[in-house]
Amino acid sequence: MSIDALPAQSAAAIKSGRRELRSEMLHELVRSKTFMVGAGIILFWVLAAVLGPTLVPQDPYAQNLNLINHAPSSAHWFGTDQLGRDMFARVIVGARDILIVAPLATLIGTVLGTGLGLVMGYFRGVTDDIISRFVEAFLALPVVIIAILGVVALGPSNGTVIAVIGIIFAPLIARTVRSAVLLERELDYVAAARLRGERSPYIMFVEILPNVLSPVMVEFTVRLGYAVFAIVTLSFLGFGIQPPSPNWGLEIATNYGVVAAGYWWEVLFDALAIATLVVGVNMVANSIEQVIEA
Amino acid sequence: MSADALTVEHVEVAYRVRRREQLVLRDVSFHVARGESYGLVGESGCGKSTMALAIVRYLARNGYVRSGAISIDGNDVLALGQEQLRQLRASTVSMVYQEPGRALNPSINVGRQVAEVYEIAGVGHKQALERAEQMLAKVQISDPSGVMDRYPHQLSGGMLQRAVIAMALASEPSLLILDEPTTALDATVEAEVLELIQGLRSEFNTSLLFISHNLAVIAKMCDRVGVLYAGELVEEGPALEVFQDPRHPYTVGLLRCIPRRDATRGRHRLDTIAGFLPPPGAEVSGCIFADRCGLVQERCRTEDPPLYEIGGGRGSRCHFHELAQTLPRTIDLDDSAGDGEGNGAPAPDRAQPVIRARNVSKTFHQSGHAVRGLAGVDVDILAGETLGLVGESGSGKTTLARVLMGLTASDPGGTVELDEAPLSALAAGRTIVQEKALQIVFQNPDSALNRRHSVRRLISRSLSKLGGYAGEQLNDRLLALIRSVNLSERYLPMRPSQLSGGLKQRVAIARAFAGDPRIVVCDEPTSALDVSVQAAILNLLTDLQRDEHVAYLFISHDLGVVQYLADRIAVLYLGRVMEIGPAEEVFAGPQHPYTEALLSAVPRLDDLGRQRITLQGEIPSAADPPSGCPFHTRCPRKIGEICETTEPDLLEESPGHQIRCHIPLPELRRLQIDEGPVESSAKPAG
Repeated sequence: MSIDALPAQSAAAIKSGRRELRSEMLHELVRSKTFMVGAGIILFWVLAAVLGPTLVPQDPYAQNLNLINHAPSSAHWFGTDQLGRDMFARVIVGARDILIVAPLATLIGTVLGTGLGLVMGYFRGVTDDIISRFVEAFLALPVVIIAILGVVALGPSNGTVIAVIGIIFAPLIARTVRSAVLLERELDYVAAARLRGERSPYIMFVEILPNVLSPVMVEFTVRLGYAVFAIVTLSFLGFGIQPPSPNWGLEIATNYGVVAAGYWWEVLFDALAIATLVVGVNMVANSIEQVIEA
Repeated sequence: MSADALTVEHVEVAYRVRRREQLVLRDVSFHVARGESYGLVGESGCGKSTMALAIVRYLARNGYVRSGAISIDGNDVLALGQEQLRQLRASTVSMVYQEPGRALNPSINVGRQVAEVYEIAGVGHKQALERAEQMLAKVQISDPSGVMDRYPHQLSGGMLQRAVIAMALASEPSLLILDEPTTALDATVEAEVLELIQGLRSEFNTSLLFISHNLAVIAKMCDRVGVLYAGELVEEGPALEVFQDPRHPYTVGLLRCIPRRDATRGRHRLDTIAGFLPPPGAEVSGCIFADRCGLVQERCRTEDPPLYEIGGGRGSRCHFHELAQTLPRTIDLDDSAGDGEGNGAPAPDRAQPVIRARNVSKTFHQSGHAVRGLAGVDVDILAGETLGLVGESGSGKTTLARVLMGLTASDPGGTVELDEAPLSALAAGRTIVQEKALQIVFQNPDSALNRRHSVRRLISRSLSKLGGYAGEQLNDRLLALIRSVNLSERYLPMRPSQLSGGLKQRVAIARAFAGDPRIVVCDEPTSALDVSVQAAILNLLTDLQRDEHVAYLFISHDLGVVQYLADRIAVLYLGRVMEIGPAEEVFAGPQHPYTEALLSAVPRLDDLGRQRITLQGEIPSAADPPSGCPFHTRCPRKIGEICETTEPDLLEESPGHQIRCHIPLPELRRLQIDEGPVESSAKPAG
């Protein structure tokens, strides 16, 4: 049943309608437990990233050869690592790295992918065919191969990780955007724009883009979870930031050898950090998707 | 109680939307007697479909019956358990929806789907298939055994709806609910399906609950009718009496919105219903129609009117039902500025064509097939006139509009001239002056307006691109423009989703007029709107034409609207102009047999008793058009072999009135005017 009339008398109500819709979506989100838990987890890690160094009792870089491989205790909640550094400090401070790299990488991927998807969907035909083949070929390459190529070209650093993940995500997002654009371009408002002499870039970015932002938004949050995961993997393989910086993936890589010797805490807490952040992001992504598509 | 096929007593249905309860049906009571056909009529959003879904307990998950009782054939629907409910739906009640294509499973052939109904009733597999075929024959599908093996996408809309009706009737239900069963179909197909339903109804002795927004269809199909407004049954009674002597101001207003047969825009202005439907769940004290009623008095605001019994089985939910007929007309001061009663249409300047299209063809290529969307169309549109373009879907109306607009390139060989200067085939190759001169109002404003842009932005952009306005001047022009389409300034910051359908279409019209066009193509601009809104839009288009001296190419499947608005009419069939001429002459006859069929297919309230001719079958595929006269496969007046072999020329019947038919015109005149209509004897196509 479609209701397509509004009362004439309530001008003010109509005026605030747009804000109302947005705030209703917010309300819906706030009401969702999934969202609140996810947002709580993310908030925790954001605080850790911003305030971490000032909060933690120990210096994450301070080595102490008298404290090598100590189990968790009241002095060192998460224990110490092979160089006697405090694991709690390193896990908390390690959040900064990933919380900068993951959103940036995802953002770059989203912007590139959206642009690409708009071009593919809008021009269709030969342009779409050519770009699509490249995208498919690119998607066939394993992430690690692209990462190695990136490291060879740019050297191991966070910048490299951002670039590599951005480039890997772009085609995935482009495909989503393309299919949304294919539907939009058939609508009459695109024809109307053409009939008043608008150029293609205007139609793509001013007319069509705002209408495909919802799927882009969903895609961004979903990809963010994958980005955390991918970054950790790349750091684990040694493509990202180099020691002695605290970094979850890197730390697992350097310490996993000693788990067999019983020093489980040197890996467990980094792994838990990764898991909570990924789960938190996915919970938020899920609830945003539900609200937008409802 | 068991005497009635359906009783609905004091039913209230609400939806829970974002944790708030929205009441959509308020205290609705009616009953459908055995063998009776009951119509529910009302505009969109009044609760018709909700009623139908509540009856079969198939409301959306957030909807529920708050109070009241519903019983089908004596069974209390609301008290049934899941299994009993399934039994009831399987055997006692069936439903037919608006979109036949969506009611069938696309991956199962039609035969199996119909047979399934019998299998559920316990019939063996083989026998079920046999009975399915018999049922398909009963709904007069051509080639039933062939249809059995076909999949839904291989059938046309009319055939699909027949198949759905066959399924619905297979269980021999005592109640058949039809929710806008013909709204998605062409007028000619609608006429056939309605006739089929009438026939089957008596054969199966089924009671009907017929839901439609189309008053004329209800009047034709139903014994009694209930008028729904904002979830309340405001008037009830025998169909013909209600429509001839309405006793509720809403019914009166609704009926006045429909263009009458003798009305033209030059002489009559259409009545509208002011204001809007209250939003769902609105708290209303007193009469729900009070805000829009021209007869409103103090009592209406405070006291909710009951359904007054007014004799003859009729009821009206109006305190002043005996005065309903005196409802004042809603012609405001601005409107009466025209000459006298009418809209004061301008006299078109006959000498000067704005658009001259010659030999315009369009061939689409679909998986190796050449589909001729348009075949050698010649059309002139004169300055300041309205040319109505009619025909069934698939006849090429929209293709012609898109070719003229430059949204689709026509085949080489044809020409389109604007003010005697040739137009480039595509809009991109046209000059700004040409783009300004030629604008369009699309059918669906939801698609035509960018939903992320505000009204201000939507119109301003056209003003700056087409009108060349900027700054203060743009703002002045913007205000003048929205005033000319009767929009108020407060809508400027809103987005389309916050506007009703009629307001959206006004924005689209304002945008089309931003560059002072010479001709505006209106592609079914009112078909997505309710009749009361349609009337206001038609009045607006007439006012704008009078003030701006603009020409319209007005495309519509609604002949009533075209007759009201058009100076001249062109009838398209399979991409060819079958007839073109002044509106009065085309409607009065002699006419092309296709025009005659189109005219008689449309049920009209002021013409219910008229004998009708029906076309059989549907418009043939443009990929494989019939040889000779393209209409010969369905023509009720086919004269012989010549129709199959030779395509007739457009012959001049009188100055400016041309007909493409082999029957000599004096003969056509004699057949149509002196002898009256004939039944089609042609074989159904497809």
